[in-house]
Amino acid sequence: MRHRPWVPWAFLAAPLLMYSVWVIYPTLSTFYLSFTDWDGFSDLKDANFIGFENYYELFVWDDTFRKAILNNLKWILVFITIPTSLGLALALALNQSIRFDRFLKVSYYLPMVLSFVVIGLIWSWIYHPAAGLINGTLESILTLLKAIGLPVNPESARSIGWLADEDLAIWAIIAAAGWRQVGYVMILYLAGLKTLDPQILDAAKVDGAESWSLFRSVIFPLLAPITTIVVVISIIDSLRSFDMVWVMTRGGPYHSSEVLANFMYLEAFNNYNMGYAAAIGVILFLISIFFIGIYIWRIVKEEEAQGA
Amino acid sequence: MSMISEAKRPISRWIVAIVWIGAIIWLIPIVGAFVTSLRTMDDLNTNGFWAIPREFTLGNYTEAWTRAGISRYLLNSFIITLPALAFMLFFSSMCAYALVRFRFRLSKFLYFLFIGGMLLPFQILMIPVFRLSNDLNIYDTYWALILFHTAFQLGFCTFVLRNFMRTIPTSLFESAVIDGANEWTIYRRIGLPLVVPALAALATLEFTWVFNDYLWALVLVNRDELKPVTTGLSTLLGQYINNWPLIVAGSLLATIPTLVVFFALQRYFIGGLTMGATKG
Repeated sequence: MRHRPWVPWAFLAAPLLMYSVWVIYPTLSTFYLSFTDWDGFSDLKDANFIGFENYYELFVWDDTFRKAILNNLKWILVFITIPTSLGLALALALNQSIRFDRFLKVSYYLPMVLSFVVIGLIWSWIYHPAAGLINGTLESILTLLKAIGLPVNPESARSIGWLADEDLAIWAIIAAAGWRQVGYVMILYLAGLKTLDPQILDAAKVDGAESWSLFRSVIFPLLAPITTIVVVISIIDSLRSFDMVWVMTRGGPYHSSEVLANFMYLEAFNNYNMGYAAAIGVILFLISIFFIGIYIWRIVKEEEAQGA
Repeated sequence: MSMISEAKRPISRWIVAIVWIGAIIWLIPIVGAFVTSLRTMDDLNTNGFWAIPREFTLGNYTEAWTRAGISRYLLNSFIITLPALAFMLFFSSMCAYALVRFRFRLSKFLYFLFIGGMLLPFQILMIPVFRLSNDLNIYDTYWALILFHTAFQLGFCTFVLRNFMRTIPTSLFESAVIDGANEWTIYRRIGLPLVVPALAALATLEFTWVFNDYLWALVLVNRDELKPVTTGLSTLLGQYINNWPLIVAGSLLATIPTLVVFFALQRYFIGGLTMGATKG
């Protein structure tokens, strides 16, 4: 198609300008800031250029940083296994004709409509020691057991502080996040299943071993493109986790539920170590760019296949 | 015809049962939250969640709506979300048009740049964007959020629209060129009308995303009277310490707009989500 060379740029100029100012330049700027000791108040020109000192501090001395990376890793591991397989299983089940399938689907993906803040608040209530849903349920069960004569103390259920316990907090948050994630994965797989030949899926409706082996050898491989996307999205979502941690625990107790994004926010806007926070941001970027690369590579391959 | 094969091979009762039980478990947090929002903290604390409450009250809702300021925060969310939505759809449709309609160097590169941006853990941008907003004198105004959301969401919107526009036959554009139309006219008369379904899907999805944003509202807005409902809600947490029924009532009120959009435009919402993942 012949056109004057400036024509595409007339369309692109305004959006690209915005994109450069608010996305591309800030990304690069984070790299620069990570080599300084800027405090957020003073003129950036007065900040010292300190080379890799922030990184050295992070990797060698900072226990919180280690906890944050570890928690992000836990988050990723849970996300790419449990919500992913649950979502796939639900998609396979709901892709068949079940009565009230619309209602069932909506029940699973309704959490996606809620903001992370609302999810964080609702689950903070669920985890509340005295008034919450979980301990309340435990207490009721214990009361029943006591009523039939077992030596249990129902009040003891109130002593479990899901978000106040150093060993439990991060898992409690991940569980709440997983509640939202399952529906998302289900939607993606349902869309993927629509692209498959219905006869193959029909054949898989038989129960038992035959259907399982059909799933393993035929359907799952056919869903591979979607699985790649689901895994990449799950990882990126794990790395982006901030809102729920901030609302539910602020990373506590004793930084035990810290994640990188939350740690970065704390360092930047609570402690005003902007340079240090930027270094955390750069590490977050370097981890994610690998997975972004996989995503783009997938798309390139798919477009080549389409173009051929 | 599929009726016959389904009759022959009915889905296992076990699977149906498990899916139903799962769905009920999945709804418990929301239903439980709703029930809690109708009770008082004293009642919850002394009797526990499963006790049958002697009375239900709408007091938490009226308190959250008026004195806790949820109504004001919700209005702010709309003031931020709607312009951002209009700008991002307008700009990204121009980008998508340029990327699909013209062959030029850098077009692939720009496309990947947009995809890269849409997947970025956006927290890494917070310090420079905070600084930039100060330098531009828009820190602590609606504009700081409107402009940032517009720019950041260009990545995803352009990605989706470009893939959608690629399905338009080039002959449609060509014939318009022969008729003597200029590119701006072709974009407006042919490009835009044909991507309306994709625009609708994006609008639904982006409405939810921008409306639900928390981090940027936290970083870029400080004044209470400008806060959107997400950061507004988290101030309730400090204001009504340990009054969970009220906080939960506020949370549910905050969700009403996105719920309405979702139920009214569910098809588009799901369409938009999967458009990003299954095409491309």
